[in-house]
Amino acid sequence: MRRQVRVQTGDFDIAAEWAACRARCGGGAGAVVAFGGLVRDHAGEGSPVCGLHLEHYPGMTEAGIKRMVDQAGERWRLLDVTVVHRVGALAPEDQIVLVLVAASHRPDAFAACEFLMDHLKTDAVFWKKERRASGDAWLQATSSDRDRRAAW
Amino acid sequence: MRVTVRFFASLREALGRERLDVDVADGTVAGVCAALAGALNQCQREALEAPGVRVAVNQVLAHRSAPLAAGDEVAFLPPVTGG
Repeated sequence: MRRQVRVQTGDFDIAAEWAACRARCGGGAGAVVAFGGLVRDHAGEGSPVCGLHLEHYPGMTEAGIKRMVDQAGERWRLLDVTVVHRVGALAPEDQIVLVLVAASHRPDAFAACEFLMDHLKTDAVFWKKERRASGDAWLQATSSDRDRRAAW
Repeated sequence: MRVTVRFFASLREALGRERLDVDVADGTVAGVCAALAGALNQCQREALEAPGVRVAVNQVLAHRSAPLAAGDEVAFLPPVTGG
């Protein structure tokens, strides 16, 4: 399994990542599953969100994501995994995270993509601050995020 | 021994600093907390000791009893959320 893990301030091009994944896999891949996370313009209870600020711990964050990808690779038969996570200032509608998983068969790609996203939410070393008209607030993983993570 | 201490996100804001060097008498993470306590007010001490705050030594999660070496980087990490 090949893996690409990047943490960056700039945006990513999902079509370019998809094409690069296909080029790396050649004819071996029967499925590519992509998850793209976006910045919502509202919080859970409907209050408007002006933007996010994301912070990470350079080095530790990337190492932790690589371990998650390796765990997924031990659990499912995967060919190629790409994780791109943005940090810094983000606005509503911005892309925030990409998980791209290629496998010979779609059940492995679907399951590993969801596994990785659920683990990124609760275990990856990122801190997310929500900017609202009423003030800024650091967020924590929700109980539903933790439940999804625990279900694996 | 002297170690480098780093704070992230909400802890960095609560403590008003990102990084400092600390002399640790007993060479453990708990010793770092003790060394810091004198320079912090009550609110800052509570932020540092809050449940969910984890510690990493040289970017690996560690217990408060973990032994340290001179030059180690000890990071205090508030609860994480990505994705």
